[in-house]
Amino acid sequence: MNWITNYVRPKLNSMLGRRDMPENLWIKDPETGEMIFHKELEDNQYVIPGSGHHMRISARERLRYFFDEGAFEIIDNPKVTPDPLKFRDEKRYIDRLKEARAKTGLDEALLAASGSIEGLPIIAAVQDFAFIGGTLGIAVGEAIVNAFETAVRRELPLVLFAASGGARMQEGALSLMQLPRTTVAVDRLKEAGLPYVVVLTNPTTGGVSASYAMLGDIHIAEPGALIGFAGPRVIEQTLREKLPEGFQRSEYLMKHGMVDMIVHRKELRPTIARLLKMMLKLPDGAAEGETAEVKEEAPVAPPQPEAQAGAQA
Amino acid sequence: MYNYLDFEGPVRDLDGKILELKKLNETGEAVDVADEIARLEKRSREALREAYRSLNPWQKAQVARHPDRPHCLDYVRGLFTDFTPLAGDRAFGDDEAIVGGFARFRGEPVAVIGQEKGNDTKSRLKHNFGMARPEGYRKAIRLMDLADRFDLPVVTLVDTAGAYPGIDAEERGQAEAIARSTEKCLSVKVPIVSVVIGEGGSGGAIALATANRVYMLEHSIYSVISPEGAASILWRDSTRAKDAATNMKITAQDLLGLKIIDGIIAEPVGGAHREPRAAIEAAGRQIAAAFDELKAVNEDYREHRRQKYLSIGR
Repeated sequence: MNWITNYVRPKLNSMLGRRDMPENLWIKDPETGEMIFHKELEDNQYVIPGSGHHMRISARERLRYFFDEGAFEIIDNPKVTPDPLKFRDEKRYIDRLKEARAKTGLDEALLAASGSIEGLPIIAAVQDFAFIGGTLGIAVGEAIVNAFETAVRRELPLVLFAASGGARMQEGALSLMQLPRTTVAVDRLKEAGLPYVVVLTNPTTGGVSASYAMLGDIHIAEPGALIGFAGPRVIEQTLREKLPEGFQRSEYLMKHGMVDMIVHRKELRPTIARLLKMMLKLPDGAAEGETAEVKEEAPVAPPQPEAQAGAQA
Repeated sequence: MYNYLDFEGPVRDLDGKILELKKLNETGEAVDVADEIARLEKRSREALREAYRSLNPWQKAQVARHPDRPHCLDYVRGLFTDFTPLAGDRAFGDDEAIVGGFARFRGEPVAVIGQEKGNDTKSRLKHNFGMARPEGYRKAIRLMDLADRFDLPVVTLVDTAGAYPGIDAEERGQAEAIARSTEKCLSVKVPIVSVVIGEGGSGGAIALATANRVYMLEHSIYSVISPEGAASILWRDSTRAKDAATNMKITAQDLLGLKIIDGIIAEPVGGAHREPRAAIEAAGRQIAAAFDELKAVNEDYREHRRQKYLSIGR
């Protein structure tokens, strides 16, 4: 190598800043500004190794990280009439929907799937913040109702990953009606004796926090997630004062009794599997139907590849 | 002095003239003003009728928030006897933004719960302008549980700009309290009839308005977010509240069209604040009719509510 590659190019790069760096290769930690290579982040489920900052991930990535071997089967969202109010602000809502679909590859802000965690078959419903802020409208409401009904039909527990700015304003009061609608679905699951675990991720606010996301049997939060009813800006505008440090973050909610635990993304699967197996009175480490073979196992065990049977319900 | 709204300009001018003439009459300076007063009063009534004939959604929001509009306790006093307020959530405190207790409606014991905005500075502060904190919703939950235990129908009167957005409210679990209150509305075995009497503001409203029958006063509004809030988020300009009010479909007429509510309660010409008595009585007749209908069907009220909400928007 010569002095150009060894000296001039790095110098030029530093002078130009990082603008010409391909965006998807290096990712910046929003807290410390540290640059992390994307492969390293992917291996760490988009948790910044140094700071522990939990980045937002897509619904599909979430399902892939959460289920055993990354294997799951999508539950199709029910079809609904889009844009019932023919709403427009600075843009037409129908165009916003199209853009969101193109950007995320999803049909709506929720993805439901069945699969197994540590051999235990479950239903998972995941909100995707990239799709119009993960907002709750008719389609998401219907998808949630469908996921819960599927869980009741198949007698499976349900794990919901909340990520949402709240109700979708562009659907007016019809989006507000998703609060009671999803609540009906939650209550029916509970009546069927099935566990409901909520994972609160960054952010969970507004109408979503004020309905199904706060009605879990167990509330787990990812570290540092913003969780609350009124958004911090609304509160600041109302009170005209700065909010305390850490206000409405997971740790604050834990302290105030609103969540059971704060769990690192990589520990979600073993933690939830362990809880669900106890709630369902299943032997530890074993999936339903397996013999209660007592194994020596640490409480937070890595996924058991052989416990795959019974997946893809 | 009377609080005229922006769009009531012609009425205000005519009423001003009438007042002047009446003063002149008293001082004996004018000769024969009686005819003129009668003529102006007729024109004022016509102007009022004209102004209210086709209110736009933003004007309706103004009427719904009118400071002189009858509020929850006005309805309670006007429609119920033996009202016995009950207080406290048995955990933290009593939130007077939500009032409630046992009362008799047409002689029958019921539980009545609602948001109270207050009518003057002192009472507005006392009731926090009808914006409840978690303990308010938890009091509502407690009252619904009591009603359920003693098989008493529930009446809810909804009038709130929204749940209170404050540090203390968040600290004590505003979101959870609202979620639980909605859940309680859905789970009690007794019938619930709800009337949006002014503002139905977002989650803070649905927490009490999830009912077997939901009605709205003719000029009340019911919305997922305040028009100002939507304008500042969607248009990044809070002065676009009028557009937000129009596009979000917040009026009683809109919500009936969307099959979110079961009916509209007519208001006197010029709004409920001009003749509170008439508005309150009209609401009473609708509540009575709703309970009669529900009793006649004699169904599982909880299952009825579930089916009703699941079918909205389908």
